[in-house]
Amino acid sequence: MDYAYFPGCSLESTGIEFHMSAKAVTKALGINLIEIPDWNCCGASSAHTRGHWISLALPARNMAIAEAAKLDVAIPCAACYARSKQVEVEVSQSAETRAKIEEIIGRPYKGESKARNLTDILYRDLGVDKIAAKVVRPLDGLNVLTYYGCLMTRPPELACDDVEDPVSLDEIMKALGANVLQWGFKTECCGGSLTACRPKVGLDMTQKILDAAIKAGADCIVTACPMCHSNLDMRQAQLAKHDHNYHMPVFFITEMIGLALGMKQKDLGVDRHFIATEEVMCKLEEYEQEQIQKMMNEGGEA
Amino acid sequence: MERVGVFICHCGSNIGAVVDCARVAESVKDYPGVAFSTDYKYMCSEPGQEMIQNAIREHNLNRVVVASCSPRMHEKTFRACVAKAGLNEYMFEMANIREHCSWVHAGRNEEATEKAIDLVKMAISKVCNNEVLMKGHAPVTKRALVVGGGIAGIQCALDIANNGYQVDILERTPSIGGKMSQIDKTFPTIDCSACILTPKMVEASSHPNIKLITFAELEKVDGYVGNFEVTIRSKARSVDMSKCTGCGTCMTKCPGKADDEFNMNLRKRTAIYTPFPQAIPNKPVIDRESCLKFKSRKEGKDVCGVCAKLCPAGAIDYEQQDELFTERYGAIVMATGYEQFDHSIYGEYGYGKYPDVISGLHFERLVNASGPTQGHIVRPSDHKEPKTVVMVKCVGSRDPEHGKSYCSRTCCMYTAKQATMIRDHCPDTKVYVFYMDVRTPGKLYDEFYNRTREEYGVEYIRGRVSKIYQDGETLRVKGEDTLLGRQIEIDADMVILANAMIPNPDSERMAQIVGIGYDKDGWFTESHPKLGPVETHTAGVFLAGACQGPKDIPDSVAQAGAAAVKVCALLSKDQLETEPTVSKVDNKLCSGCGLCVPVCPYKAISLETIQERVAGKTIERQVANINGSLCQGCGACTVTCRSGAANLKHFTNAQILAEVDALCQTIL
Amino acid sequence: MTLNERQQQNEALRSEFLRRSGVDVSKCYQCGKCSAGCPVGDHMDIPTNKIMRLVQMGLIDEAMQSSAIWLCASCVTCTTRCPKGVDVAHVMETLRQMAKDHNCVAEKNIDKFHTVWMNILHKMGRMYEPGLIVGRNMVTGNIFQDTSFGVPYLAHRKLKLMPYKSNNIDEIKRMIEKAEAMDREEGGAR
Repeated sequence: MDYAYFPGCSLESTGIEFHMSAKAVTKALGINLIEIPDWNCCGASSAHTRGHWISLALPARNMAIAEAAKLDVAIPCAACYARSKQVEVEVSQSAETRAKIEEIIGRPYKGESKARNLTDILYRDLGVDKIAAKVVRPLDGLNVLTYYGCLMTRPPELACDDVEDPVSLDEIMKALGANVLQWGFKTECCGGSLTACRPKVGLDMTQKILDAAIKAGADCIVTACPMCHSNLDMRQAQLAKHDHNYHMPVFFITEMIGLALGMKQKDLGVDRHFIATEEVMCKLEEYEQEQIQKMMNEGGEA
Repeated sequence: MERVGVFICHCGSNIGAVVDCARVAESVKDYPGVAFSTDYKYMCSEPGQEMIQNAIREHNLNRVVVASCSPRMHEKTFRACVAKAGLNEYMFEMANIREHCSWVHAGRNEEATEKAIDLVKMAISKVCNNEVLMKGHAPVTKRALVVGGGIAGIQCALDIANNGYQVDILERTPSIGGKMSQIDKTFPTIDCSACILTPKMVEASSHPNIKLITFAELEKVDGYVGNFEVTIRSKARSVDMSKCTGCGTCMTKCPGKADDEFNMNLRKRTAIYTPFPQAIPNKPVIDRESCLKFKSRKEGKDVCGVCAKLCPAGAIDYEQQDELFTERYGAIVMATGYEQFDHSIYGEYGYGKYPDVISGLHFERLVNASGPTQGHIVRPSDHKEPKTVVMVKCVGSRDPEHGKSYCSRTCCMYTAKQATMIRDHCPDTKVYVFYMDVRTPGKLYDEFYNRTREEYGVEYIRGRVSKIYQDGETLRVKGEDTLLGRQIEIDADMVILANAMIPNPDSERMAQIVGIGYDKDGWFTESHPKLGPVETHTAGVFLAGACQGPKDIPDSVAQAGAAAVKVCALLSKDQLETEPTVSKVDNKLCSGCGLCVPVCPYKAISLETIQERVAGKTIERQVANINGSLCQGCGACTVTCRSGAANLKHFTNAQILAEVDALCQTIL
Repeated sequence: MTLNERQQQNEALRSEFLRRSGVDVSKCYQCGKCSAGCPVGDHMDIPTNKIMRLVQMGLIDEAMQSSAIWLCASCVTCTTRCPKGVDVAHVMETLRQMAKDHNCVAEKNIDKFHTVWMNILHKMGRMYEPGLIVGRNMVTGNIFQDTSFGVPYLAHRKLKLMPYKSNNIDEIKRMIEKAEAMDREEGGAR
C-alpha cells in the first residue's frame, strides 16, 4: 500500500509525536508512506480567511506533486486533510476551477490524486482486523475517549466519517483492546487557533472539553489532529494558572497503535507530551499484572 | 360547410390587460371556416353565453371556439351553452389564452397577442375537424370500498352506510382503530381518545351496511368509476374467524415474544395477539415471524402448538394461507393515514440511540392506562419519574435539508397537550418546550396553548435544539433562546421529540395500484387544492384524512364526511355518463401486430379475428378491438400504432395535425 | 435613522456580499440552531443567528464590524446542522474577508495573527512556530504571550529551531502572489 505523505507544518514541531508515530506504525503495518518532496503549508485557517483562491492554491501544489507520482495522499493532520480535500473536490467537480488552479500553481492537477485522512486509511483501507492481528500489548482496561474535533467530519461533503457520530477512532481503539467511553464532545471544536490569538475564548473551549473528559471518567483522550492535541495537551498548564488543575493525558491515535504494537514510547514521541503519560502506562502494566495474577490463581485452583 | 363562431374573452383584466382581444377577434375574422368573430369582457357570464347562443342562431354557426381560460374551468359551461343552442356539445373547442398566455407573458403584450392569435387559429383548425359524438352510459355498482380503518376511514364508512349504501373497510392490521387508538387524550378538550373512538369502532363493526375486511391488503384495482374490480389479499391469520369466540385464552400461555408495535416497542407482546384490548375484531392473529411453531418449521422441525391445545373452540389453524379474492365497487375512498417520522436520522439527537429520547407517539403509550407503564410517566431507561422534561418541536418538519420541508400541523397542539399532561401527572416536573413558531389555527387551540404557559407553567423557549447528548444519567440539551440571544443548556431526564407526520410508507405503491397522484413527499394529491380537496384526478377515487397531508382528528373527520358525500352522490346514480372520447381502430388500416394490447393501462384492447373478402376469396385475419366502456381515452394506443389505425375520438391524428398545420403556417 | 435609510446606505455592501458569498440568506428562517450549536457562542457579541438576520436585512456594515465573525472558529457545525441548507460558516468567512477589505476589523489581533502566518508562508513556504509567536507578539503588542511555552517546548523537543526554507521558494512566492491577485480581482467570490 503506497501513499504520498503530506505531514504538514505542525507535524514538524508541536505535533512531532504524530509524525514519529505515524511513520513508525504505518511501517509496521505495511503501509508505505512516501513524503511529498518540498511540500508547502496547506494555508491552515489563515489562507481561507484571506481569500478563496489562495486557500485552494496552497494545498493544490502538494496534491499536484503527488498526482504526478500517481499516488493518493495520506494526511495525518485533520486541518491539512480538510484543506487538501477541499481543493481535490472543487477541482474534480469543475473544469473552470481546475483551469484556474493549474494556472496559479503552474502545474497540472486534475483532482485524480485523492486526499486521504491517515486515520481513514488505517480504518477503511487497512481495516481494524489487520491492526488487531499485530497487537502484542493490548490496551485492556484503559478507559479512553475518542476526540475527532471539527475538521475530520466537517463540512459533511469532505468528511471521511459520520458527521455527528464518527467511529473510526473508536473502532481502532476497540481493536487495540481499550474500553471506549461515550461522551457528547467527539466533534466539538477545541478552539483552534483562538487559543493563540484570543486566549480567553480559546482556553474556555479547551476547558469545556477537558471538564467533560474528566466527568466521563477517562484515563486519556485519543485524537487525530495536531491542533486539538496541542490545545488539549499544552494548554492544561495555562488553565492551571486559572485554578483549574487538570491532568488528562492526550494521545495521537498512532501513538496508541504503536504502544499496542509493542513499540517504545521514545520511538513514538510519547515522552514529548506536556502532560505526563506515566499513569496511563502504569495502569496498563498494572492491568497486565492483574490479569497474569488472575490467570495464575485460576490455574492454581484448577 | 363549416361555419365557425369565434368568441374572445377578456376575463376582466386577466386576459384583457395583456392580450389585445379585439385585435385577436379581428385577425381571425377571415380565417378559413370562420363565419363570425367577436370579443367580450366575460364570456362565461350569462350575457356572454347569450351572446354565443344568439350568434349561433343569427349566423347559422355549426361550430364554436371560445378563447378564454383553461378548459378545466369552463369547458363544461360552454359545452352546455352551445348544446342549448342546438349544437352537439363536441362541436366546441376552447383556446386557453389565460393560463397559457396572458398570465405567463404579462408585460410582453405584443408577443402575447400574437401567441393568442396562434392559439385561436389552432382551435379553429381543430374544430373544423370535430365530429358529432354522443355520451355513453355505464351501470354503477352500489357499493364503496374504504381503504384504511383509522378514524377517517371509520367515519367515512359510517357516513356512507348511514346513507343506505353498502361499504367495506379494508384494514391492513388485525384491528380497525388506526393511530387514534394509540393516542391517550385528544386536544384541545383532553377527552380520552379511546372513549370517543371505540363507540365509532363498535358502530362500524355492527352496522348492517358495513363489512370489515381486516388483516388484508389491496392487491390490484381494475375497472373504472362506478365499476372498480378490486383484488384483495386476505393475509393468513392462522385463526379461523368463524370458530374463534375471542375468549383470549390462546394468548395467556404463548411463549413466542415480539416487540409490541402498538406500544411503540416499549414492551413485548405474545406471538398470538390482538393489538389492544378494545381491538375490533377482537380475534387474535398469529405473527408468524415470532411464533415458535412457524420459526421451528423453517428449520424443519415442528414444536410448540400451545395455543391450539388451549383453544376451546378449535379455531387455531396453522395451515391457513393468504387468500386472494375480487370484489366490485362503484367508488373507492383512500384513508391510509400517516406514520411518524423516524428521528434516528438525526445524529445530533443521538441517532435514536438514547433510550430516554422518545417521540410523541411513544409518550402517548407511556401515559396511557393500558400502556406499558399503566399510565405512569416514567423514562424508558430506568423507569424513574422524570423531574425535568424537554420537548422539541419540528423534528423532521420544516427541515428540507434533513427531513421534510412542510409543517406537520398537529405538533404544536399535541406538544402543548402532552406538556399539560406531564404537569397534571407529575406536578413537580419542569417542562421546557423548544419551538420556532407556535401555530394554533383551530377552534380553542390558541386558548389551549396560552393555558399551557400561563396555568400549567410550561416554559416555552424560542429556538431549535442543536444537540442532545447523554451526560451520565441525564441528557444534556443544547439550544438557543433566540429571544434572549443566549445559549441555553438544560439537563433533562427525558426528551420528547415532536416528530413530523409522514405518509404511510406504502402510500406510493398504493397510489400506483389505485391510479392516483402523489406529491414529492408521498401524500396523495387532491384534484384541486381549494375546490376539490377530497377528489382525485381519477374519477370515483376519493381521499379522507391524513393520507392527503398532515391533519388532526377534527380535520380528518370533516374530510371523511366530505368524501362520503361525494361517494353517495356517485352511488345514488343508476347509470353514469361515459365520455365518448375513446379510442377506435380502423380495421382497414390495422395490421393486427398487437403492440397496442400491452400498452393499454385499462386492458381495453384485445385482438379479434375478422373475415374479409380479398380478391374474391374470404380470408381471416386479426385486428385490434377496443372495448369502449373500459377505454379511458388516454391515447397510449394511438401513439403506439405504427399504421395509424388507432385514433382517439375528439383527438384524432387529423385533428392534431390540423392544429400543427395552423401553427406552422403562421410561423412560415 | 429609519430602516429604509440604513438599507439604502448598505446597498453597495449588500450586493458585494451577495456576489462574494453566493449564499441565499433569504432561506434562513431564524430557528437559531446555528447559535445553539456554536462552540464560541458564549463569547460572541452578536449571536450567529442575529448575524444572519443583519445580513438578511441588508445591514452588512453592522455584521462586518462585529467581533463575532472573527471569533468564529470555522468549525462548520452551523452549516452542517442548518435545516435550510444555508452555508452559515461561509457567510461568516465572507464577512471576515469583507471586513478586512473595508478596514473595519473588530478583532485586530486575530487578523494580525493571520497576516503574520501568511507572511511567513510567503517567505518560507512552511510555517515556522517561533517566527509565528514572535511575529504575532510584535504586531499585537503582547510581547510575552506564549513565550513561557518556549522553554517547555524546547524541553519537550517540540520546536523546530531552524526554519525550513523551500528549495522552490520562488515558485511558491509566485503562486501565492498569483492567487492573491486573483482573489483581489474577483473580490474573493466563490
